[in-house]
Amino acid sequence: MGKTLFDKIWDAHIVTSVEGGMEVVYIDRHFIHEVTSPQAFDGLRARNIGVFRPKQTVATADHNVPTKDQHLPIREALSRHQVDALIHNCADFGLELYGLGHPLSGHRAVIGPELGITQPGMTIVCGDSHTSTHGAFGCIAFGIGTSQVEQVFASQCLLQSRPKRMRINVEGQLGAGVYAKDLILYIIAQLTAAGGTGYFVEYAGSAIRSLSMEARMTICNMSIEMGARGGLVAPDQTTFDYLQGRQFAPQGAEWENALAYWKTLYSDEDAVFDKEFTFRAEDIEPMVTYGTNPGMGLGISQVIPTETGQSFEKSLEYMGFKPGESLAGKPIQHVFIGSCTNSRIEDLRLVAEFVKGKKKAPHVSAMVVPGSQQVAAQAKAEGIDRILEEAGFDFREPGCSACLGMNEDKIPAGAYCVSTSNRNFEGRQGPGARTILASPLMAAAAAIAGEIVDFRK
Amino acid sequence: MQKFTLLRTTAVPIPMEDIDTDQIIPARFLKATTREGFGDNLFRDWRYQADNTPKPDFVLNNPAYSGKVLVAGRNFGCGSSREHAAWAIADYGFRAVVSSFFADIFKGNALNNGLLPVQVSPDFLHQLFSGIEQDPGIEVEIDLETQTIRIPSKGLEETFPIDPYKRVCLINGFDDIDYLISLKDKIAEFEVSMG
Repeated sequence: MGKTLFDKIWDAHIVTSVEGGMEVVYIDRHFIHEVTSPQAFDGLRARNIGVFRPKQTVATADHNVPTKDQHLPIREALSRHQVDALIHNCADFGLELYGLGHPLSGHRAVIGPELGITQPGMTIVCGDSHTSTHGAFGCIAFGIGTSQVEQVFASQCLLQSRPKRMRINVEGQLGAGVYAKDLILYIIAQLTAAGGTGYFVEYAGSAIRSLSMEARMTICNMSIEMGARGGLVAPDQTTFDYLQGRQFAPQGAEWENALAYWKTLYSDEDAVFDKEFTFRAEDIEPMVTYGTNPGMGLGISQVIPTETGQSFEKSLEYMGFKPGESLAGKPIQHVFIGSCTNSRIEDLRLVAEFVKGKKKAPHVSAMVVPGSQQVAAQAKAEGIDRILEEAGFDFREPGCSACLGMNEDKIPAGAYCVSTSNRNFEGRQGPGARTILASPLMAAAAAIAGEIVDFRK
Repeated sequence: MQKFTLLRTTAVPIPMEDIDTDQIIPARFLKATTREGFGDNLFRDWRYQADNTPKPDFVLNNPAYSGKVLVAGRNFGCGSSREHAAWAIADYGFRAVVSSFFADIFKGNALNNGLLPVQVSPDFLHQLFSGIEQDPGIEVEIDLETQTIRIPSKGLEETFPIDPYKRVCLINGFDDIDYLISLKDKIAEFEVSMG
């Protein structure tokens, strides 16, 4: 019987098995950040041990950093303390740190790919559930807790149960104005926020094949939002073209060797998946969420369904919406374009193209936060920052920002925010904030109109 | 890690589904660099008003409910990988969480902190919720040795799944790190074989 892509990579990383079924999985790359690492470093100190393979760890500060005046000391004391702790810990344990303001810094899930650190066939972990983003390159990449961060520090391995395998095929061509974000929000709406629990997902089919690497990253990024451990796409020419020449990608003869291996990374014809779904790209329209988990999404032309149950009712009450309502025409006060889901240069280009020559609605506050210093520099080189600012958008410095409201970038209680991020949980963007997840174009269009609109009309 | 063997206690019910880790511990409370103290902010925004006064209708503020077991609707712990969620629940004083299923990362984090995720059938969960609703003083018994959860006063019991290795770890208070460190030679050999 053939193997799935997931099993090919997983099997190549098994150091040993434990009685009962758990496996010791070797980890090729470990990304760390300031929020989920300090307790793991203290664990190493308590055991008086170092990092086993320091060269395989890359650190960056992103969750807690301000998106204004990054050259100045961080004003908020607790955030400053946490970022300082990362600096000291990396120095103490000999780890590479792309700290605040470093030209290679940014979201851990943005810089890995753009620097060519992320490569097909790897195992990649980080104390961050959106580590699944790297799966776009044909990697097994997933989020871990802090105890596991300490395990990887100590041994470059993790004890894991093998997840079940799911394949999601999307066939056909996405319609005009429909993007990767709509595609993944559609899939999550079909499968629910728990539909992937216990599984690792492979995305396949002609619609996925035709996507750029950045679009594939948006898809894989949100795998966790349906509960999946991660998601991946088999590498192909699009992947190889993206990686060739990147700073940490293999060069010369090494590139040829790597390429030969990468070309073996696909699910065999007769591979069996534990679960399989197929969707038609033509069925997907621009999506918005109406509730407080990412599975509560609908096409912009649809209305909020009528369901019963305490969880559903609490969710709609929080959002201030009613069953049967359309979201089109609902006024909004904030727009956030950023996060590890949608903060890459293609996202910013789309937004700039749409808002060029237009002005945001006067009552809307619109923020654009690039995913990394490199994305910010590229945007400036292309004049995107000026276009955005002329349209009344605030172009910030890189960070996680209002995706999770750990820094000062919060949405006020009761206010609606159309956000390109990944979670619409209660209070995610600030206590009482009401989040509507959407694509960068839907967010840009809402900022201009001052309300949720179907920009295709 | 604290050992887990047998627990008999009353339980605290939150009959909501898809409780995410942002509800368990909001991101703005993740700035501490130690593992302690997160229990104060467990379910912060469900538990307190914006002015920090307790919300009387939330179960943790209701003196009728107490105990070392938290009972919640399906897909508990979805969302972020923050281990702070498991730390907050354990720091508050819970030793186990019962649900019909858990988000994967949360389940792993709980097990790494001596907090037992007990996965029961939807029917058993329903019985447990209704039992607590009728009598907040009803007791549950969780026996990790036999992987059994019981509601003695109702004569109900069910076995629950747990990886055999993790079961041994919890019963003995072992964590994974010592085991992984003991494999270092094997790991180094593996690295050589990978080339």
